[in-house]
Amino acid sequence: MSIEIKNVTYTYMPKTPFERTALKDVDLVIEEGSFTAIAGHTGSGKSTLVQHLNGLLEPTSGQVLVDGVDLNGKGSKSEKLAARDARRKVGMVFQYAEHQLFEETIFADIAFAPRNLGLGEEDVEARVKEAMSLVGLGYEEFKDKSPFQLSGGQMRRVAIAGILAMQPKYLVLDEPTAGLDAAGKNKLIQEILQLHEKKHITMIFVSHNMDDIACLADKVLFMNQGRVLLYDTPARAFQAKDTLQEAGLCPPQIMSFLEDLRDAGIPVDTNALTVEEGIANIMKAVKGKNG
Amino acid sequence: MLSDITIGQYFPGGSLLHRMDPRVKIVLLFFFLIGIFFFDTVGAYIVFSLLTGGLFYFSGIPMRMMTKSLRPLLWIILFTFAIHLFSTPGEDIARIWMFHVTWEGLGKGIFISLRLVLLILLSSLLTFTTSPLKLTDALERLLSPLKRVGVPAHELAMMMTIALRFIPTLIEETDKIMKAQQSRGSDFTTGNLMQRAKQIVPVLVPLFISAFRRADELAMAMEARCYHGGEGRTQMKVLRVSSIDYVACGASVLLCGMLALLKWNNL
Repeated sequence: MSIEIKNVTYTYMPKTPFERTALKDVDLVIEEGSFTAIAGHTGSGKSTLVQHLNGLLEPTSGQVLVDGVDLNGKGSKSEKLAARDARRKVGMVFQYAEHQLFEETIFADIAFAPRNLGLGEEDVEARVKEAMSLVGLGYEEFKDKSPFQLSGGQMRRVAIAGILAMQPKYLVLDEPTAGLDAAGKNKLIQEILQLHEKKHITMIFVSHNMDDIACLADKVLFMNQGRVLLYDTPARAFQAKDTLQEAGLCPPQIMSFLEDLRDAGIPVDTNALTVEEGIANIMKAVKGKNG
Repeated sequence: MLSDITIGQYFPGGSLLHRMDPRVKIVLLFFFLIGIFFFDTVGAYIVFSLLTGGLFYFSGIPMRMMTKSLRPLLWIILFTFAIHLFSTPGEDIARIWMFHVTWEGLGKGIFISLRLVLLILLSSLLTFTTSPLKLTDALERLLSPLKRVGVPAHELAMMMTIALRFIPTLIEETDKIMKAQQSRGSDFTTGNLMQRAKQIVPVLVPLFISAFRRADELAMAMEARCYHGGEGRTQMKVLRVSSIDYVACGASVLLCGMLALLKWNNL
């Protein structure tokens, strides 16, 4: 089971002077259970691509299949229903997701999605409880508060809970940590990682932060000018220096640091994605020198 | 979806019409609109039609935009045509029940419809070739003599500029919020009127919140740059009347002189 993107091309405002092709022949498969990071600089087509994953945008040409079902199936009624159900398997957390909050209480806001799914009140309550615990918000403490009384980080948690209440199998996060302070950011990253590990939600994560990508992802997708530049494991992706440069991206800080060390004459292995791995490599190099 | 809407009707380009001073364009437009009402002879209308067609051709605006600008008023034009067709006394072409279709009616119907078409096309030519910002700038300048009698020309122009500036932003925002709510299972396309009206609330509330937030931020940013109204304010792009504008004015005056001659000689 997977999300298949087949030769997708997307053009904004076709047949006007403002016509712009945002995606060109994108072809890839996102495996179930993976943690895929998408990177690329502004205007590279990341946001356009992820909006195809739950059918918000319909490809100008090509197909998007979720678990084998075409998201834009238009034929018979059963095909349309299947397409709708397939779209609902993919949760989508937009950038600055807290801007979508609208209800008077946090409970009502998170309950919006399950109610739209047509669930009964008991199920709705159970889902809201679960979603709130997943993002670390106490149910009794927060359920009757207004979402607009909260801090930025808490508001974003409520927004993410609002998506998790749909119990998506795949979760798209578009720069989930943008605009949060360092503590809030770290906490949210940990929660996302837990969701992936404990709830086995397939993650698709758009980020500018290469350090986060290196720590979290098991697949990396670099985009540039609407095309897929590279789709590989982080270890291999960050080795491709030319490709990184072409996409306008930098390797993770720990890798740059290790390379500086190596250039300064310390024989250290520069293959490290996390700070822990980096420290281990340095320790090894130092021991090797002394011993 | 919503992002496919074009704002204003501005069509970027580099034609002579695009390069003219917007103040001159507004004044000349009024001049011609009055002219269309004033010179109501067949000869004059042929001249005006050729002029409008020629200007469209030289402005480089696709011809389908011409029909697009007429479409919203198509029914009014047809209605006017029908009224004149049936209600003008004269020689009958045909009779339908109690209505007489006359040759005079046909002529008058065509004439009045043509007048409407010309008025619309000339006006849309202004908005096609002038960016909204230039347009408000020109309006401010043209209205500035009225400041003495208490018309807040600068404030009006600033409000228009800000409103125009934020239309695309708000549309983008609406699009984003709609997509976010769709991702939470909202459905804007099916259901009866009540159900659909209910689906608008989750879009409107966040939209209002963000509009107020933006207004607040904008006010703060303007104040931080010492904005204090129009008094003593200079412009980065000062409107200048160039040789094209003089030629255009001269040609227009000449044209109207000729039309006046035609009219008074009853041609």
